[in-house]
Amino acid sequence: MSAPTYDLGKLHGGLRLPGHKAASTAEAIRDVPIPAQLILPITQHVGDPAQPVVAAGERVLKGQLLARPEGALGAPVHASSSGNVVAVEPRPVSRRYGDHAPCIIIECDGEDQPLHTTADGNYLELEPEALLAKILDGGIVGLGGAVFPTAQKLMQARSCKIEHLILNGVECEPYISCDDMLMRERAMQVLSGAQVLMHAMQIESCFVVVESDKPAALASLAEAMSALDDARLVLKQVPTIYPSGGEDQLVQLVTNREVPSEGLPSDVGCLVQNVGTAAAIHDWIIGHEPLISRVTTVAGEGIARPMNVRARIGTTIADIVAFTGGYAEHADHLFIGGPMTGKSVSTDRVPLVKATNSILVVRKTSFTGRELACIRCGDCAAVCPVQLLPQQLYWHARADNENRLRDFNLVDCIECGCCDLVCPSHIPLTANFRVAKGRIQELADEKARAARARTRFEARKSRMDSEQQQREEALARQIATAKQAGPADITKILERRKHKSEDD
Amino acid sequence: MEFARRSSPYWSARVAVPSIMLQVLGALVPAAIAHVWFFGPGFIFNVLVAAIFAIGGEYLVMRARKRPPEAALSDYSALVAAVLLVFALPSLTPWWVTASGTLFAIVVAKHLYGGLGFNIFNPAMAGYVVILIAFPMHLNLWTAPRMGDIDYQYLTVLQTLTFTLTGSLPDALGFDAISRATPLDVMKSGLNGMQTVTEIRANPIMGDFGGRGWEWIGNFLAIGGFWLLIKKIIRWHIPVAVGVGLLAPATILYLVDPGSQPSPGFHLFSGATILCAFFIATDPVSGATSPKGRLVFGFGIGLLIYCIRTWGSYADGVAFAVLIMNMAVPAIDLVTRPPVVGHSKSGGEP
Repeated sequence: MSAPTYDLGKLHGGLRLPGHKAASTAEAIRDVPIPAQLILPITQHVGDPAQPVVAAGERVLKGQLLARPEGALGAPVHASSSGNVVAVEPRPVSRRYGDHAPCIIIECDGEDQPLHTTADGNYLELEPEALLAKILDGGIVGLGGAVFPTAQKLMQARSCKIEHLILNGVECEPYISCDDMLMRERAMQVLSGAQVLMHAMQIESCFVVVESDKPAALASLAEAMSALDDARLVLKQVPTIYPSGGEDQLVQLVTNREVPSEGLPSDVGCLVQNVGTAAAIHDWIIGHEPLISRVTTVAGEGIARPMNVRARIGTTIADIVAFTGGYAEHADHLFIGGPMTGKSVSTDRVPLVKATNSILVVRKTSFTGRELACIRCGDCAAVCPVQLLPQQLYWHARADNENRLRDFNLVDCIECGCCDLVCPSHIPLTANFRVAKGRIQELADEKARAARARTRFEARKSRMDSEQQQREEALARQIATAKQAGPADITKILERRKHKSEDD
Repeated sequence: MEFARRSSPYWSARVAVPSIMLQVLGALVPAAIAHVWFFGPGFIFNVLVAAIFAIGGEYLVMRARKRPPEAALSDYSALVAAVLLVFALPSLTPWWVTASGTLFAIVVAKHLYGGLGFNIFNPAMAGYVVILIAFPMHLNLWTAPRMGDIDYQYLTVLQTLTFTLTGSLPDALGFDAISRATPLDVMKSGLNGMQTVTEIRANPIMGDFGGRGWEWIGNFLAIGGFWLLIKKIIRWHIPVAVGVGLLAPATILYLVDPGSQPSPGFHLFSGATILCAFFIATDPVSGATSPKGRLVFGFGIGLLIYCIRTWGSYADGVAFAVLIMNMAVPAIDLVTRPPVVGHSKSGGEP
């Protein structure tokens, strides 16, 4: 395995953004010590919440199951360290929607006592189905930020013909460098995870894709590849353009195939996994440690000493920042995630979750441009990686015109934020689109609810109708019987009635 | 610790509408200097009149619309419209002509349609067409360019100012003594008079390609235009498409019949072609938005300019061409929507 090959396809638009990654990659990944308390949300994945299987007062060991998946697209949650469960209650979290969510709170005992395991890590003898089931048990979700449960993604992909596994090492968002550092320091584990994935999926080709601005990660991966001597692994390099690390964008770059609208990469024979996810799979399948920690970048002007840390899931942002050396002078905004797509939160008491790839603390921008009228310059369309017309979408979003928004494919917007960064009128386009998407979703939900209510109503009505009909038929039968009966029978019936009323 | 919340992306654009407008104004400076050099200080007075009425008109109409006037004035777009309008006027234009055009541009074409971003028509061109129809005589009063060897009476600064303010010339001078037909007028009337292009071009007002003086202003406009291209304030599509739309038919017909068809160079360097290609047609608000749409839009303008100049009754057709294509923009935008990624039928090459 020698020099990396270059990309094949091309991406429409995109931006070359200042990386701001040097500060956080200056030193090796450091481990955050066990905190006094862990806050573990039961929803750290896209699907239905997991169901707690522990109660307050129970002692748990590191790696022990705390909540099991239930419903669609679930993933289990494990204890990140040993200690006592003190509560299961809502706490502030950094979720996309809503600020509070039910969490399992563990008071750590500092012993970090692991759960005993008997597995041997030889996954090659497992059938792919069994391996997938095991991956599900590890609580592994996509660590690039989407937190789609990995096992379900693999199961879904198995129904399609998959040719390539694409390992996503394209960390295109500014400030974030956790995947870069992971590839530099744990290239072997990343590739080992890729081998597990290839076995689970029974595929024979894996592209490991890294951006050109990460020479150290590329070198480290190349070295690990030559040590592994696995011909299925191919290292690829792509230019540093935001947002080439988006799943569909990466597929397009590497294979020149367009992922269909509202489709998945598996529709064009690809399966994309983040490098961090691959390392987590290695840690679980070979190292028997479920997903209880992750590498995250702590960066921004508001951070005294930017760096990458490995922290236990459930450690609060406050604990992590304190470990790195605290805040700098201008700590005005806290973003969970990067500056382009991250979510701003109001408190650092939220926990690190599986999705948290970055803790970004930045200063208030001295000049945020006043929002002016759109002058239709079209720069937003020029940079849109999906080739949407943000300017037209904005128009229709403001008019709340759901049909036009559908017509202009709002659903395909990946919310990368490129349009905001070129808008000379400083219109918060992406924020508008998020709201519009939410509203369309609400409308769809409302329609679905209405449809369900209608079905229920119609079922009830038809049930009542048929009961009514049955009653009428029974009455008709009785009348007919009565008409046929002679006077003697009538006397009998009347006597029976009389007895009955006397009994009462 | 507590933090203030805000939506992502955290970064916002470094460019801003006011700076774009200022750069457009800056790009016009070389051509403005050339204009003053060739046609005298009237240009400066026209700019002052237009600027005063643009700012005043915008202030009043914003007050009438119950909006803060500074919100519109601070983007400088009214000034850009005013200056572009002045570029279309002769240096000797009475103030009420300039004022009428400016007020129509700002109050009617811009703000009555909803203000910047909502106006269908290019304000400068709408204003120009109104005064072209209302005061045709005043807009034909072009002085001859200062080229040394042209027989021509130059006005002093004071005489120019007097004309701008009162519309009257010094007693000794009549309009005939100072005004000259523009090259496009000379060409049009010459061709109507059955002269050949070669005969017409013998007129001392004709330069290397277009008219003397005008073609130099054109050069400086092009320099400003290229600067805007380099600064990515305008894109290449519209200037190129306007050029192709005008020059393609001009070249073909010139090759067929060079005797009665002016050369493509004459079309390019005469009238407002270059002003239109770089500064008028590139107005984003009233133009098409997608690259493909802009090519169609620009080509349509170029073609219409050619048609109006060749077969119409006006010597130049830039303003009409731009306004007609402005009307076509919604349709162009509709049919030139770029394909959204993920919607192609083939799904790309495997």
